[in-house]
Amino acid sequence: MPEITKLIHKYLRHDKKFPHVWCPGCGIGIMLGALIRAIDRCGFTKDEIVLVSGIGCTGRLPVYVDFNTLHTTHGRALAFATGVKLANPKLKVIVVMGDGDAVAIGGNHFIHAARRNIDLTAIIVNNSIYGMTGGQYSPTTPYGMKTTTSSYTHIEQAFSISELAVTAGAPFVGRGTVYHAKLLDSLMEKAFMKKGFAVVEVISHCHTQFGKLNKMGSAVEMMQWQRDHAVTVEKAANMTEEELKNKFKIGVLIDKDLPVYLDEYEKIREMAKTKNK
Amino acid sequence: MKNKKNRPYREFLLQGNEAIVEGAIKAGCRFFAGYPITPATEISEAMSVKLPQVDGTFIQMEDEIASIAAVIGASLAGVKSMTATSGPGFSLMQENIGFAIMAEVPCVIVDAMRGGPSTGLPTSPSQSDVMQARWGTHGDHPIIVLCPSTVRECYDLTIKAFNLSEKFRNPVILLVDEVVAHMREKITFYDDEEVEIFNRIKPNMPPEWYIPYVDTPSGVPPMANFGEGYRYHVTGLTHDIRGFPTSRPDEIDPFIRRLFRKISQHFSELQFGDFYETDDADITIIAYGCVARSAKRAVIDARQKGLKVGLLKLNTLWPFMRTAVERVLNTSKIIIVPEMNMGQISREVKRVNKGSSKVFTINKVDGTIITPQEIQARIKEVA
Repeated sequence: MPEITKLIHKYLRHDKKFPHVWCPGCGIGIMLGALIRAIDRCGFTKDEIVLVSGIGCTGRLPVYVDFNTLHTTHGRALAFATGVKLANPKLKVIVVMGDGDAVAIGGNHFIHAARRNIDLTAIIVNNSIYGMTGGQYSPTTPYGMKTTTSSYTHIEQAFSISELAVTAGAPFVGRGTVYHAKLLDSLMEKAFMKKGFAVVEVISHCHTQFGKLNKMGSAVEMMQWQRDHAVTVEKAANMTEEELKNKFKIGVLIDKDLPVYLDEYEKIREMAKTKNK
Repeated sequence: MKNKKNRPYREFLLQGNEAIVEGAIKAGCRFFAGYPITPATEISEAMSVKLPQVDGTFIQMEDEIASIAAVIGASLAGVKSMTATSGPGFSLMQENIGFAIMAEVPCVIVDAMRGGPSTGLPTSPSQSDVMQARWGTHGDHPIIVLCPSTVRECYDLTIKAFNLSEKFRNPVILLVDEVVAHMREKITFYDDEEVEIFNRIKPNMPPEWYIPYVDTPSGVPPMANFGEGYRYHVTGLTHDIRGFPTSRPDEIDPFIRRLFRKISQHFSELQFGDFYETDDADITIIAYGCVARSAKRAVIDARQKGLKVGLLKLNTLWPFMRTAVERVLNTSKIIIVPEMNMGQISREVKRVNKGSSKVFTINKVDGTIITPQEIQARIKEVA
């Protein structure tokens, strides 16, 4: 049996929930592939993984995988995940979100999760649009683009999710694209093994909405756009600002060690008990 | 210390909010997530001190939405969990309270009521969240709401709230008013006191046989905690018995009806309240929260004057104590419902009244408590 078939049989609820809701050509499937390959390589058991999501196209992901899966309310996935992890630290808690979910309605939870440094992995599929509701602008829609709620033109500036995570204090932040699938595998593996809050931003495409409205072509053409505009962190180090204009960095953006919340809370418990005696 | 019957006991002077914390920890609560808000903040403060002493976890979240979300997450991971807030924060929590109802996740929410609407009167009492507690979250749903009027009841009803939430896999709301939350009273704990604690029923079948949302005679399916080998899907979408989203009418209808039935068929287990001097009463006062205390004083004073007045104190607000209310509607000629809102419970009393008695109200919305004198004046007026 080929490797991928083994993984499908092991990790997907292939006999229960398919076909899935995503459009043909969607990047979320590539991200899901990277996710289960990385989980498999890290050696986690299916019982110890809790996969949490919010609402949106990416929010639908947990229903297809055979873990403890939690499909929460819009934007609140990280807050739910915080409760799961604190209640049972033995669980490996992974959160998948879209760009609207993570940094619009859930933006406050996102920056506070990064600051708090609880041992969670946040994977954010950034396709620059609200896909499920039909193509409205999101906080990552670039200036000047068209969406169904900015049909003249988009006049707001976009968030950079990874830079936001770095600034908010996340000890691990990586960015990949669905074109660079192998890099995505390794970023996810590193994020899962990181002790503390780890963010992986996955640049993806929504050819059904964003591509169509902005005449960017098919899924393949949009992935070629990703290939042409992504620069590895290593390569970017030797490039000028002028050369980096209209490009985005991929790879590990930050990897540092900070005190992890649950280790710190264990100290609080010790203090509470000795003070109480 | 020991009392006259040689029963060892301990006495404390506790605030209502502190008694809620004691009750929660006694009931097995080991996770609390909250956000500071008057008049519920003391619950957060006391939890942050007490929970780490018993290997529990306290966290102050970034807002009330995150607080209730973390509470639901912790409960899914198998830990009894609670949050506490007041009106504005309670409004923010509503969407996720609906999630807990939909996904059938036990949890306890304390709402220490202050005057509203909006920011309202942060430090003044009110009883104006009775309907928000019932219908605050969108969609048709069942809910259990308990309401203490003494510090001792804060302790007892918090334990009951946890037991009921675990038993019925439904959020339970403890509705306290600012007076009861901040009032200090003597509370006695006996060392040999037996406290009934209920823990959620877990599946006893092998994981491959587990159907997470299957109907049972009680209407409550057994609940597996995350990480125990029963991998299943939890969603706020309407789901089938296996937990997967569905849009099939033949699956949606039995599911929504089961949610209601699991509460309604246990109606008699959810009725907490007191009849005080109601058997021969011509006038019965129906009251709850801090107003029930004023009402009791008014009853005692009226009885001394020879007036036949009684009190029905409600400790359960939802599901509405219909049978108890009907009993006094049938035995009394006049009912008076004093409450610190524009008539949220009196509306329910009028709804179940079939014309057997006249229902009068006292509505006070100025941020002060209804006094025994005001109730006495109303008795004189309508008698």
